[in-house]
Amino acid sequence: MNDVALDFNQVWKKFKMGERYDSLRDLIPGMAKRIFSRNNQIELGEREFWALKDVSFQVKRGEAIGIIGPNGAGKSTILKLLSGILRPNKGEIKVNGRLSALIEVSAGFHPDLTGRENVYLNGSILGMKRKEIDKRLDEIVEFSGISEFIDTPVKRYSSGMHARLGFSVAAHINPDILVVDEVLSVGDLQFQKKCIDKMLSLKKRGVPIVFVSHNLQSIQMLCNRAFFLKNGQIFKNGDVSDVLNEYLFSGQATTKFDNGVIISNTACFNYYGERSNVFQAGEKAIIKFNLKVNKPINEYLLGFLIRRTSDGFLACDYNLPLSSIEDENNNINISLEKNVRLDFQVNLLKGLYTVSLHIYHNPSQRHVYWVSNILHFSVEERISWEGVSYLNPELCSE
Amino acid sequence: MIEMIKELIQYRHLLYMLTWRDIKIKYKQSVMGFFWAILMPMLIVAAGILVKKGFSMVSGRPLELTELASVSVKAIPWAFFVGSIRFATNSLTGNSNLVTKIYFPREVFPISAVFANFFDFIIASVALTLILAIAGIGMSINLVWLPFLIFLLVLLACGIGMLLSCANLFFRDIKYLVDVFLTFGIFFTPVFYEASMFGKWESALLLNPVGAILEAINTVVVFHKSPDPFWVAYAAIWSFGGLLIAWFIFHRAEFKFAENI
Repeated sequence: MNDVALDFNQVWKKFKMGERYDSLRDLIPGMAKRIFSRNNQIELGEREFWALKDVSFQVKRGEAIGIIGPNGAGKSTILKLLSGILRPNKGEIKVNGRLSALIEVSAGFHPDLTGRENVYLNGSILGMKRKEIDKRLDEIVEFSGISEFIDTPVKRYSSGMHARLGFSVAAHINPDILVVDEVLSVGDLQFQKKCIDKMLSLKKRGVPIVFVSHNLQSIQMLCNRAFFLKNGQIFKNGDVSDVLNEYLFSGQATTKFDNGVIISNTACFNYYGERSNVFQAGEKAIIKFNLKVNKPINEYLLGFLIRRTSDGFLACDYNLPLSSIEDENNNINISLEKNVRLDFQVNLLKGLYTVSLHIYHNPSQRHVYWVSNILHFSVEERISWEGVSYLNPELCSE
Repeated sequence: MIEMIKELIQYRHLLYMLTWRDIKIKYKQSVMGFFWAILMPMLIVAAGILVKKGFSMVSGRPLELTELASVSVKAIPWAFFVGSIRFATNSLTGNSNLVTKIYFPREVFPISAVFANFFDFIIASVALTLILAIAGIGMSINLVWLPFLIFLLVLLACGIGMLLSCANLFFRDIKYLVDVFLTFGIFFTPVFYEASMFGKWESALLLNPVGAILEAINTVVVFHKSPDPFWVAYAAIWSFGGLLIAWFIFHRAEFKFAENI
């Protein structure tokens, strides 16, 4: 069997903006226009834009690849091209095997049918045979966790239940290739975890996966490789943590209220003084940066925030007085530039975290500098299931 | 072509499920249930009887049983045809979320629409068969033609339905045109009257393939004669040729569906 499951070769895809002729009475002027302006497949016509520009990638068996990028970058377009819903204007797409695309898992649901009936309907839409569904029905219902409501019409379901049932059907199709688009966002954390586990088990069996999500944590858990898509082009391609970092840095935003205050040269180090973005839970981390202020230093506070990137959860928010870095000798000095280090214990659980720094001027009661997502780091550990803080529990006999 | 059929066979389960879905929803929401299937043909039959009665009053001839039988025998397939076309025309646009989200051969939509209507047709036909049997219309060997004629009608409905569903996707006003055509189509098709009433213009009316099929069904069921082979062949060319061309066009346009819907 060929090792390459998906081959996306220099694909271009364009879309039209604005109104389109969609009634018969518009057809004739539209046709006349087309005849006079010989539209070429690979040239941009009026009001057209490239949704994908020269995108190439390959996915091998047993490999999971993540696609990240801002809204409108072309992620879903790639998935639709892969599943055959759209065709490229230029380039080639090769798919070796039965591809299952979970683009919107509950798309096939009919609101008036019951959950059970919709399992059958959606299952066959996704390419399952009736007998296969018969065999797996119990498993599917069990996985969705809504067995009490399986004979209730789907229109009475909550959106979470909708998504759960949809994913449960989709997860049981046994595809050769799995393509997943942001389908987990509706389910609760527990269900999301269940889904990731399911996908991991598929991956272990050698099923290649293309995974689109804004949930960076699940991308990190699932994928070996990733690429960062921006304006229809591959901006960065490679190892998953590199790409995630690149993506996160693109979210960096600096707000200056006072030109005299600047934080620069920020970097993250581990306990041994090596630059690092990956920490073990409980390890010591050091953030170094260069600080410049133009008023007496004891009037400032440094705000230090850590957020979990997957859900924006605020892990900590400290205000540290800058007076602690005061030097005896340059106390009088009003303007000051200094290298500063911030040490802290990474008592966090596994995940991706982002650091924001801000400077607060006490006498004037206002923020003078704010930079969000200035640094990113990930935490690794093996024992926790869920939560936020690393308490280092130990079990022993007394 | 063979590729297309193969793909359709591969997705036969889906075809079955979508047909089943359409039937189920139709009957689930209505208190009247299966009465639905008979309602529409009954209305057409009632209208036909009224027209026939009018004819007989004008001409002074008494209304015969065979005439009533003819009207009902032709009205039920006509109701099926109209229902299929109307349903199939909207089948792609009505399932736009599936068209843009999941890949499978889109032929399944118009075809399942026709099949769902065929289910109604079967129920109505069973009811009609009972009535005709009680009325003593009798049977003959010529009834063997009937399945073939119905098959031609189904193929014709599939072909036209495919073409129109595809057209309606690109031009949303097609469905209004279709509605108008179907409403007045009954006057141009020999349902309430016989094509033979028009004398030398008979062939002009039979040029309409639906008319040719309906007349053949009438000949077979009510008059127990074998149908005119020329017009059956003519209708068969329309059915097979139409389906082939429609399918081809549909297939060529298919990849544009998701962007244009």
